[in-house]
Amino acid sequence: MILALILLPTICAAAVFVLGGTRLRRVLLVGAAIGHAGMTALAWWRVPQPALAGWLSLDAPGLLFLTVTSALFLAAALYALGYLAFEPLGNVTDLEEGFLFKNAPEAVFISCMLIFLASMTLVTASRHFGLLWIGIEATTLASAPLIYFHRHHRSLEATWKYLLICSVGIALALLGNFFLGAAVAPSSGRASLLLDDLLKNPGALNPAWLKAAFVLMLIGYGTKMGLAPLHTWLPDAHSEAPSVVSALLSGALLNCAFLGILRIYQLCGAAGQGAMCQKALLTLGVVSVAVGAVFILGQSDFKRLLAYSSVENMGLLAIGLGVGGVGTIGALFHAVNHSLVKGMLFLLAGNILVVYRTKAIAPVRGLLRRLPWTGALWLAGFLAITGTPPFSPFFSKFLILKACFDSGHWLVGVLLLFLLAVIFIGMAKACLSMSQGIPEPDNVPAPVRGWLTVLPPAALAGIALWLGLGIPVQLVGLLDAAARALGGLR
Amino acid sequence: MKLEWLLVLLVLSNLRLLASGRLGAKIRTVAAQGILLGLVPLLGSSGHPGVHAIAIATAGIVIKGFFFPWLLLRAVRETRINREVQPYVGYLASVMIGLAGLAGAFLLSRQLTPLPGAATSLLVTAALFSLFTGLFLIVSRKRAINQVLGFLVLENGVFLFGAGAMGEMSLLVELGILLDILVAVFVMGITLFHINREFDHIETNRLADLKD
Amino acid sequence: MNFNWLPPLLGLVLAPLLLGVINRTKAFFAGRKGQPLLQSYFDLARLLRKGAVYSSTTSWVFRLGPLIGLAAMFTALQLVPMGGQKSLLHFTGDVVLFCGLLALGRFATIIAALDTGSSFEGMGASREAFFGALAEPALYLSLAALVRHTGWSELSASLGVLSERNWVDVDPSLVLVTVALLAVFLVENCRIPVDDPNTHLELTMIHEVMVLDYSGPDFAFILYGAALKMWILGSLLIGIVLPALSSSAALNVGFSLLGVLGLAVLVGIIESVMARLRMIVVPQLLVVASALAATALLLGVR
Repeated sequence: MILALILLPTICAAAVFVLGGTRLRRVLLVGAAIGHAGMTALAWWRVPQPALAGWLSLDAPGLLFLTVTSALFLAAALYALGYLAFEPLGNVTDLEEGFLFKNAPEAVFISCMLIFLASMTLVTASRHFGLLWIGIEATTLASAPLIYFHRHHRSLEATWKYLLICSVGIALALLGNFFLGAAVAPSSGRASLLLDDLLKNPGALNPAWLKAAFVLMLIGYGTKMGLAPLHTWLPDAHSEAPSVVSALLSGALLNCAFLGILRIYQLCGAAGQGAMCQKALLTLGVVSVAVGAVFILGQSDFKRLLAYSSVENMGLLAIGLGVGGVGTIGALFHAVNHSLVKGMLFLLAGNILVVYRTKAIAPVRGLLRRLPWTGALWLAGFLAITGTPPFSPFFSKFLILKACFDSGHWLVGVLLLFLLAVIFIGMAKACLSMSQGIPEPDNVPAPVRGWLTVLPPAALAGIALWLGLGIPVQLVGLLDAAARALGGLR
Repeated sequence: MKLEWLLVLLVLSNLRLLASGRLGAKIRTVAAQGILLGLVPLLGSSGHPGVHAIAIATAGIVIKGFFFPWLLLRAVRETRINREVQPYVGYLASVMIGLAGLAGAFLLSRQLTPLPGAATSLLVTAALFSLFTGLFLIVSRKRAINQVLGFLVLENGVFLFGAGAMGEMSLLVELGILLDILVAVFVMGITLFHINREFDHIETNRLADLKD
Repeated sequence: MNFNWLPPLLGLVLAPLLLGVINRTKAFFAGRKGQPLLQSYFDLARLLRKGAVYSSTTSWVFRLGPLIGLAAMFTALQLVPMGGQKSLLHFTGDVVLFCGLLALGRFATIIAALDTGSSFEGMGASREAFFGALAEPALYLSLAALVRHTGWSELSASLGVLSERNWVDVDPSLVLVTVALLAVFLVENCRIPVDDPNTHLELTMIHEVMVLDYSGPDFAFILYGAALKMWILGSLLIGIVLPALSSSAALNVGFSLLGVLGLAVLVGIIESVMARLRMIVVPQLLVVASALAATALLLGVR
């Protein structure tokens, strides 16, 4: 079934690319998304058999991230239907600078989205470090054309930065993989990078090579995850990609990179090198939250605002993992929550962008009057992402903070509280001014894009609220199992 | 001994990349590096190279030694740019920094525990130096093609370490890695083409609209 | 039998011959008959017979320059071994003295050129100082690599350790050192592709321009010193490339002598097939040489 999870989107992607017909392509996109989500849901009831001699198998962290990815992709696919239906075929006027440009062919867009899904599934299911690397690199390659969907100079610049920075990062991660192989080699003649093999005898790993491997993978996958100071591609790519792609990048791609770090962290923890890893994660995490806070405070562009918020949240994940204990659960739970809420916010940002024709915060006023549904959800999303109860991010942030104080990281905890307050103020200033007030009269009638662009974000908000009001037992069990696998709880 | 020679040539080719501004010559140097690298799996394994080593070597030579250079030379021809005019760091300074990097690579590789599989400790040094050269080329040059070249050199360093030090990994994984890099360079090539069409140049310092 | 005295004697006698060999090689490639093989000796003899003329603006520094230069070269000659024979002077760390003597010779020439007060010679002095400053790291790094490689900081011992084994399974660091030293050899001796000893164009001249004001015996000293310098660096280079092979000392010295003459032929060939580099490219050549030597050194340190 794991193979089916990967092959379904791949085959659909090939079909989309080969077969003609706009209608058929869109049906295939949604069909693949629904099929993928269905199979993922099935995996909760019946744990799928490992495939390819144990190279592919879903453990607790894998299943967790697969579920998030699949759910978010389903929402994004539905939203994309509404989005593509109103995206003109010929020349498009740039919303900001007013020049004409063309979109990439829809076939390319949809098949890249599907390949993106397939590669992310590969990442979540991979038990082999080499395969994991291949998956993560594949996500970069599949998403680069998505960022360049609107073919103009800004998106091109963003694509180039994304490609180059992430490729370099990923190349370093590959070296990390080889170092890991070097750490294995002294004990056994042949280096197996299968996680299960490595975990059987973690004490035999050479500590020097293992540490070097961890550092390289942290840098490599950390670049992809957007940890400061390696985050520079992230705001550009997120702000220039179509909003539906931004949602996937922020909600699913960053998680996949996080999973890459989790895997090597798991191994280092088992080999008794956890303390060094935690220190490194903690440092990068605090820097990320601080950078996020600084750039959120003075931000004038709402898509970049969301992007920096992603940097901040990725920092929180790193901190949660870094302090360990209950923080590990907090980090995993927060990864889920962040994906839901940030995905929703980016989808809403797309709606706002179409109506107001700008990404700047200042001209957007009276969102609640002009777009009641989008406006209300935007406010809810703001409250959720800044960690206001009763939305679920509150609880995950709370867990991470609690773990900070429990484990004696007082300084980190206090600093975190301060930075979160700053971020709250920065986000509030932007989001409240956008939703309140009276919209300026606009001669151009706002395009009506139908319920497909509102329902997916509303559903994501609903899930975030649901997880906040009463987290289901199954999810608690999964989070617990994942944290145990990572060595967070003993 | 042969391996050692190959590694010295690799180190020298890296220095040449740092010292040169002509894109055509640089691309050919990278191609030569690719071919040298392709030979590493054949020399690294003791005794007769197996099917596995031959497969990796062939794939490596074809992709790194011929396909990439062809792609990049085409890009150079189409964009009609044949040299880097004003790099951020001059060529002489680049060589000096490269030498410092080489010394650093020697120091660093002494710190690490020797590899059991590697025939010579020079291998780690050469790999680290390639890594350094690649990163330096990426940050110190303006032309987008130079950055792709830097990425290739970096990747070569990683590949060298993998091919020489790891011995036998899984064929599937290694071919997957090669395929990924192939697609990466291909996508970069397409992006280069678009950048050239959109901006009439491929200088990345002019890609500066997006910032905070 | 001890042949220690033979190499320096050969150097003193045969050094000017190298210039003749180079010139004949170039003439051969150009299809000319060329000047006599012993032309340098004739020149020296003629100059020695003449009297010296000194400009009234010059001081004792100017007169002392050629003497110091020649003395430095003469001393350096005693330090260089040849054909497996230990040099007359040898002690631990003599490589540093060797480099120092070369520098002293250059310093004497430069300071004497500056003493004339001529802007023309000042320009030559500035160029010489600039290239010298770049050639010195290459020389030092090459010798350091050699010392590191052989484990001896005494030139005689260091070259004595080398054997044909180094060239049978070719050793990368020695090859790098050889190439770097060849570049140093060309620069130090003002040969093409760095400097053309035959031209008198102010745009290109380096060494010749500094010695324009000398005449008579002083000029003979300078020419002879330059010939010795070529001999010294050449025999050092040959010492690396051609280790002592046979057990007979005389035969070894003979081989090395042939090697040095062969090097002169090689220089003639290089001068025939290459154009002089633009002045601006010369530093790059030297930096490349330094880079090669540094790489060789690092290979040895490992």
